[in-house]
Amino acid sequence: MSKISRRKLITTGLLATAGATGLGVAAKLAERYGLIPPDAGVLYGAGETLTYAAQRLFARYSLAPEFGRSQISKDPFANPVDPLGAEFQRLQAGGFADWRLAVDGMVARPTSFSLAELKSFPWSTHITMIACEEGWSYIAEWSGVPLAHILNRVGALPQARYVVYRSFQPAWWDSIDMADALHPQTLLAAGMNGGELPVPFGGPLRLRIPRQLGYKNVKYITRLTLTDNLKRFGKGLGSAAPEGGYAWYAGI
Amino acid sequence: MGTITQMTEALRPRHPALVRVTHWLITLSFLALLVTGVEILISHPRFYWGETGNVNTRALFSLPIPSSRGTVPTGYGYVLPDQNGWSRYLHFEAAWVAVLTGLLYVAFGFLQGHFRRNLLPAPSDLSPKRLAIDIARHLRFRRPSEEEAWSYNVLQRLTYLLVIFVLFPLVIWTGLAMSPAVASVFPAAVTVWGGRQSARTIHFFVSIFLVLFLLVHVLMVYLAGFRKRVGAMITGRLTPPRGRA
Repeated sequence: MSKISRRKLITTGLLATAGATGLGVAAKLAERYGLIPPDAGVLYGAGETLTYAAQRLFARYSLAPEFGRSQISKDPFANPVDPLGAEFQRLQAGGFADWRLAVDGMVARPTSFSLAELKSFPWSTHITMIACEEGWSYIAEWSGVPLAHILNRVGALPQARYVVYRSFQPAWWDSIDMADALHPQTLLAAGMNGGELPVPFGGPLRLRIPRQLGYKNVKYITRLTLTDNLKRFGKGLGSAAPEGGYAWYAGI
Repeated sequence: MGTITQMTEALRPRHPALVRVTHWLITLSFLALLVTGVEILISHPRFYWGETGNVNTRALFSLPIPSSRGTVPTGYGYVLPDQNGWSRYLHFEAAWVAVLTGLLYVAFGFLQGHFRRNLLPAPSDLSPKRLAIDIARHLRFRRPSEEEAWSYNVLQRLTYLLVIFVLFPLVIWTGLAMSPAVASVFPAAVTVWGGRQSARTIHFFVSIFLVLFLLVHVLMVYLAGFRKRVGAMITGRLTPPRGRA
């Protein structure tokens, strides 16, 4: 073996070791700062991780654009949902007086709230756009309780990293990280355009996250679970979306 | 002249290694973006202007194709299978590859004088008369001379500059303008187009121009000698190596 090729070998070896160590450290740091999405391991997870990490680094506290009253869409579109069933119709007939929102998991005081209780909490309103991953969109005025207020009230534990939310429709469950859960525009919305939130749009209770696409804004919310580990839910990919081939994070 | 260019070839390849590698990375990611982009488009083949638009709104125009969503009125009696999940995953992954590769290429182009030397047209070539001659020559699909294989003609230079500095930045910008998280950081990046739906519509038209470029580019490479030109973009050498000496 000539001198040059030995030197080259050593240099290449050192560079490879440094590179691998660098990547390992970067992965550890990314994990620690919450830059790895739960579906990072799927087929196209690398691109997804870059997107989520970049948006968490540069868009953690940014506010979704708010619009003027004149920009509210006159003909919003509600994506049709599967039949909600007799139990939902019973609740609807009773004006949703018996609708409950349970909050459990990593909280000091697991609690269940009625709609009336939720409506007695500080109310927040914003005129924002909801955009579907398909490409269409509309603007509406949404009102509800900031999710951060609920998390405060039940005493979210500091080690909680995600809020898992479930719908009256069992197929629709999802989760968001604390950056979105504590974001001031994230609402448990019960009102739309000055009235009650209509059932086709997710009434009586819908999670409204204006910095993510429509499918994260799950309708008919019944339960919130705080956790530090999404592996325990479903197939461990963070929500029903990646199980159906869609990305967990929908900020893009 | 021929011997000089052949001598310089030994010193410098027809296409620098970085140009070759980035060319094929961009090709791969563009094809992935195109296929997945079409799939995503099929889920809502309607276009709008302004901030909002949906099936309850009047469309600016809609494509006469079937859709992968039953909620879209297309006039077709069937609904195509939904491919948006993997399409969206791959679209954004390919976009990362395209953007990072593009940045590397543009940095190289400026630092190594690639743009100045190889893409910036000579002022004398930009006279209307010279341009007219060149356009006429292209329209007659005349096979270029051997000499021309060593540098880009003025139409090539202008087209490549348009693709690199106008079409690609535009398609990336209008793509990012559709991201609700990006809109929350740079609202002006959306409003400058007139809204999210306008950005989506422009994204579509810029993509059409990029596809047109791809078709004409491949046709021109074919006319100039497909094997030789593609070989030069792979190996860097224009003349095929004789034997394995």
